[in-house]
Amino acid sequence: MSLDTAEPTPRGFLGWVDKRFPVVRVWNEHFADYYAPKNMGFWSIFGSLALVVLVIQILSGIWLAMSYKPSATDAFASVEYIMRDVEWGWLLRYIHSTGASFFFILIYMHMFRGLMWGSYKKPRELLWIIGVVMYLAMMATAFFGYLLPWGQMSYWGAQVIVNLFAAVPGVGEDLSVWVRGDYVISDATLNRFYAFHFLLPFLLAGLVFLHIVALHRVGSTNPDGIEIKAGPKGNRWSNKAPADGIPFHPYYTVKDTVGVVVFLAIFSLVVFYAPDFGGLFLEAPNFQPADPLKTPEHIAPVWYFTPYYAMLRAVPPIGGSQFPGVVVMFAAILIMFLLPWLDRSPVRSIRYKGLLSKVFLGGFGVSFVVLAYIGLMPSSDLYTLLAQIFTVVYFAFFLLMPIYTKLEKTKPVPERVPE
Amino acid sequence: MRIAIILLALLLSPLTAFGSGGHVSLENARVDLKDKSSLQRGARYFVNYCMGCHSLQYVRYNRVANDLGIPDDELRENLIFGDAKPGDLMTNALRPEDGEKWFGTQIPDLTLVTRWRSPNWVYTYLKSYYTDDSRPYGVNNLVFPQVGMPHALAPLQGEQIPVMASGHEGGHGGAVDPAHVVGVKLVEPGQLTVKEYDRMVRDITNFLTYVGEPSKLQRQSLGLYVLLFLGLLFLIAYAMKKEFWKDVH
Repeated sequence: MSLDTAEPTPRGFLGWVDKRFPVVRVWNEHFADYYAPKNMGFWSIFGSLALVVLVIQILSGIWLAMSYKPSATDAFASVEYIMRDVEWGWLLRYIHSTGASFFFILIYMHMFRGLMWGSYKKPRELLWIIGVVMYLAMMATAFFGYLLPWGQMSYWGAQVIVNLFAAVPGVGEDLSVWVRGDYVISDATLNRFYAFHFLLPFLLAGLVFLHIVALHRVGSTNPDGIEIKAGPKGNRWSNKAPADGIPFHPYYTVKDTVGVVVFLAIFSLVVFYAPDFGGLFLEAPNFQPADPLKTPEHIAPVWYFTPYYAMLRAVPPIGGSQFPGVVVMFAAILIMFLLPWLDRSPVRSIRYKGLLSKVFLGGFGVSFVVLAYIGLMPSSDLYTLLAQIFTVVYFAFFLLMPIYTKLEKTKPVPERVPE
Repeated sequence: MRIAIILLALLLSPLTAFGSGGHVSLENARVDLKDKSSLQRGARYFVNYCMGCHSLQYVRYNRVANDLGIPDDELRENLIFGDAKPGDLMTNALRPEDGEKWFGTQIPDLTLVTRWRSPNWVYTYLKSYYTDDSRPYGVNNLVFPQVGMPHALAPLQGEQIPVMASGHEGGHGGAVDPAHVVGVKLVEPGQLTVKEYDRMVRDITNFLTYVGEPSKLQRQSLGLYVLLFLGLLFLIAYAMKKEFWKDVH
């Protein structure tokens, strides 16, 4: 492989295309001639896997859309029609429902990896921000999609979330009616949610493109947070490339292939042997059709939203208004945008940061999991207290970051990636 | 890799079993979807005893016949009443508003009952009726207090009376406070012995579990092939990765 000579002009059909569209240059820039750190390791896989799941979701979703009917009278029955009468419909539906949960698992791992490696720090601020926008788009897609089966949990979950908008002082009521298109969740709501659920994944795909372009501009980080572009130059493939970099293709393409296969095996285990996942991926009350007159005893969003739901419930209403809780809930997500400027540490990776950073990051991870659990449970005094404590821990990770990253003693970062 | 599995397990750990039987412990229905004769009996019991009121509106007769190995003539003779055709959905002639008028509530379709309750719930429910004269149909249920449905299988099971928590014993027949009922006791045997009745109820539960997800057996057997294929693919992919990477570190 001689990758550092000038791009050879391909002949034949490829040559014809390349004169009109820079196939070879794009391929080289993003695969063959894109140098990634050679020590990326296990945690680097989640981005690729999330992309695989996005494709799975779009494909299975389009096939489901061929048989699904977005109407209050037919939606529930059409899902059962897919499960029973459509050839392989049950498989498509389980792939799609399992894919939704796995998408969030992967993205949460991907984001946590970003926190550990300090991937949001200069010069990767924009890359991080695009990522947070993608997370928002993904949550919106999941929220709209969850209404579509038109089961009891779909219906009442959406009712609870849309009612949050009603808590906005002054315009709240009008705002929630505007979102629903009605005074309650109804056929009108289902139709618009379906339209958005279909549209957003393609926007998300566009954002993936921007995310990757931004990534390839600044380069991938690694567990040590060492900037390989700043290190010495020259490796086996090119004398201008970073010494600690290896070409993405073939090294990371073959490596990620292994990861994808392992992931698909885990994914298949759930699709074929536990698609309900103990009531977590497909909730039992959702096997009852939506009934606007019968409120279920216990309403909880799907597991991937419950950390925020727990925060919402943890904040006591002020003057009878839920608004403070709503603010805290949205702040918990929006604060991620500020992360690149909250971290004042001279080093990037958690490996070279001090004890305080480790404690706060650990606390953040634990609080997210605990809040997710509490959000699934019916509220009780103990849970409310725990939710309040862990909401504080969650925010402390962000809000105190400028202080603790400044205070602590960091370890020296080696110039080269350790062997 | 081990870290990944632990983390995944951690992330998924808040597995919650949404029990729906309240504080009553449910009996194990011993569901076996491979027990074709039990499923066939269950289908026959269902159309004879339940379908007058409860529909299976997402299920087609011929799908049931195909999956359970019921020949066409038997299907037409024993399972289909009235002028329904084998390709029809298993609905009934009852109008929803009549159901509401007669039983005070909408009569639920039972296609998915084992998925939003559970098979064990259905099994225990069918065994837990007791006499309660304060109720419109003279019966109440241990796992579904103040149930609107009469005990359709009472002639077969016989009469059961409530077993009250100590300190709350009431007389046989009077008004019963369901909050204090802890069990049921058979006092008047029906046409079936206890064992026969249990088997019948299990057959119905088994059938309803099948109906809740007819593709379950197919899903599980297909899964094995998919996993075998992925296992093979893993060996190849891993060997390829090793070959490429041997000169990196």
